[in-house]
Amino acid sequence: MRQKLMALSAVTAVSALMLAGCAAPAANEGSGELVFDVPDVPMLEALGEPEGSVDIIAWSGFVEPAWADTFTEETGCVVNRKVAGTSDEMVQLMRTGDYDLVSASGDASLRLIVGGDVAPINRDLLPNFGDDIVPGMQGQLYDTINGKVYGVPIGRGANILQYNTEVVTETPESWDIVWEADSPYAGQITAYDAPIYIADAAVYLMYHQPELGIQNPYALDETQLAAAVDLLKQQNAIVAEYWADPVAQITSFLGGTTVAGTSWEVLRKFTEDTEKFGGTLPVEGSTGWSDAWMISSESDAPNCAYLWMDYTSSAEVNGAIAMNFGMAPANGAFCELSDEAAAHCEQFNALNEEYFENVWYWTTPIEQCIDGRTEVQCTSFQDWTNAWATIKG
Amino acid sequence: MTTTTTTARTSKPLSTLLYRHRWMRLVGLLSLPLTWLIGLYIVSLALLLVTAFWYIDAFTSKVIPGFTLDNFVLVFSEPAYITTSLRTLGVALAVTLLSAVFAVPLGIFMAKLASPWLRAVLAVAITLPLWAGYLVKILAMRITFTEEGFFNWLMAPFGITGPGFSIVTVVLTLTYLWFPYMALPVYTAIRQIPVNLFDASSDLGAHGFTTIRTVVLPLLWPALIAGSVFTFSLSLGDYIVARFVGGANAQMIGSIIASNINLNPPVAAAFSVIPIAFVVIYLLVTRRTGALERM
Repeated sequence: MRQKLMALSAVTAVSALMLAGCAAPAANEGSGELVFDVPDVPMLEALGEPEGSVDIIAWSGFVEPAWADTFTEETGCVVNRKVAGTSDEMVQLMRTGDYDLVSASGDASLRLIVGGDVAPINRDLLPNFGDDIVPGMQGQLYDTINGKVYGVPIGRGANILQYNTEVVTETPESWDIVWEADSPYAGQITAYDAPIYIADAAVYLMYHQPELGIQNPYALDETQLAAAVDLLKQQNAIVAEYWADPVAQITSFLGGTTVAGTSWEVLRKFTEDTEKFGGTLPVEGSTGWSDAWMISSESDAPNCAYLWMDYTSSAEVNGAIAMNFGMAPANGAFCELSDEAAAHCEQFNALNEEYFENVWYWTTPIEQCIDGRTEVQCTSFQDWTNAWATIKG
Repeated sequence: MTTTTTTARTSKPLSTLLYRHRWMRLVGLLSLPLTWLIGLYIVSLALLLVTAFWYIDAFTSKVIPGFTLDNFVLVFSEPAYITTSLRTLGVALAVTLLSAVFAVPLGIFMAKLASPWLRAVLAVAITLPLWAGYLVKILAMRITFTEEGFFNWLMAPFGITGPGFSIVTVVLTLTYLWFPYMALPVYTAIRQIPVNLFDASSDLGAHGFTTIRTVVLPLLWPALIAGSVFTFSLSLGDYIVARFVGGANAQMIGSIIASNINLNPPVAAAFSVIPIAFVVIYLLVTRRTGALERM
């Protein structure tokens, strides 16, 4: 459900493209540009009268009465919320054309943009979408594709390695304890139950098997995908259970079924015992996610939609969403609002770009290699989905 | 007098009309169920299955109408998919068998031996799980079988550790979920067996188990088949149980359909043919036993 393309802050100027992560300039051969065939959808030129209501598809916790009611009072736009459980569901719902906004993660955003389901965004109409947005959340795929901005950043997070400190007594420096067959915790490992988890294997291989030439965990050719799948099959033997449902993951750790595995900072918080359950970002780096508001190309309430995007980008509201959901806010100014806010930003590494430099935000894998390679075809998300089923086969 | 007759005649024009036209009676009787059956049930199923022959845009996941057999080739050529199909079939058969093994003695006890009061208590106990939500029951089983859970705690003094999250737990959980659908028809069928059949069997020198084998089971067969159709087909389609208590190696057909349904609907549709085929084969086999006619 979430996204990453390596922190591109340095290359925002090149817009119209996606480089394959800062680590791999050589692979980009001069042009290094990715141009996508995107349907021409017009963007809103000027704000008009609010329409009275706005329909939003969001992750649980993104649209809550605590801040939506104030918005309705200020603008007269009634907020209709539809909570979605997965990125795929969000894409399906947006295609119905019944909704104005979506809180899209990286593995949905590219599909929505290329499918012509969302419209470019006019930054001039969003005063709050400014310099306070942390650098790591600007210059990403969704606001650089073909030189247009498609998403307004909401927040981000990393997939961390969580471990039970009573069993795993020393902070693990590497992900090897969840991947290698000789792991001391074999049989007590948990892994994320979705095709996108293949990217986690790719991140591990990037570090430990450089000869495979993986430059971006979301741009895998067939050989590289096969290597990742082999690693995942090896891992299958030491996995206690896979988790897709956050509640299942928390009870898996609390019930002692698993002692180490992939997690989110917020899930660690929900164990209500952050002493017993440690979390770390190992040396290989990790995958992660970032979310952004996107506006439907068929929106019948664009004015309310723009007002909402601007409203939720302010330090206060953006921070409230981030605290409620348990992620790093996009608006860095929030961190200076109060001690509580500062503590939240500290825990979720909101302003720590060095931390997020090692995080590859979830991105839809597509046939066009997004690391800039043109001599090979990369594997698509369908290939990943099929491969995923064979791992647990 | 004449006036009264006229009034009586005109007061029931609908009945008169229906009496005169047989086809109108049929239309009136069948239009609602047929609209439901054809319009909602058959058509939506057909639309789903037709998708199995369509293409997918790899990038946007949009379905493109056309004709290809690739999706079926994928389903039947990938070893992992075949393993998953066979595993699902095995689980469904195990759940059905387990439910039947539990249901028969329980049914005999309830119908023939228990006091009316105990019988009522047991009937409530069997149906009670139906009152709770499906997901709640699965999570309850999850808590029971987790590493530091109730089962391991209870069995620790005997040096026994539970199955943890595995295929065994999946079978147990599904049996727990679908048992009422087997137990109720079996119990009802046993109640309908006249007591004097037991007496006659006993008079002719049959022991308890001989009576069950030669008298009760043949009479129970239709009820067992009816119950098994529920336990078998419901187990075939489930994937939530596998997700929550299945551990690392309990992928079911439903799991694969669920992961493809939004991303790659044609593959999901092609895969959904397998459980349908299993159920059809199952029904054909049971039809040969003659149980369906007596149901």
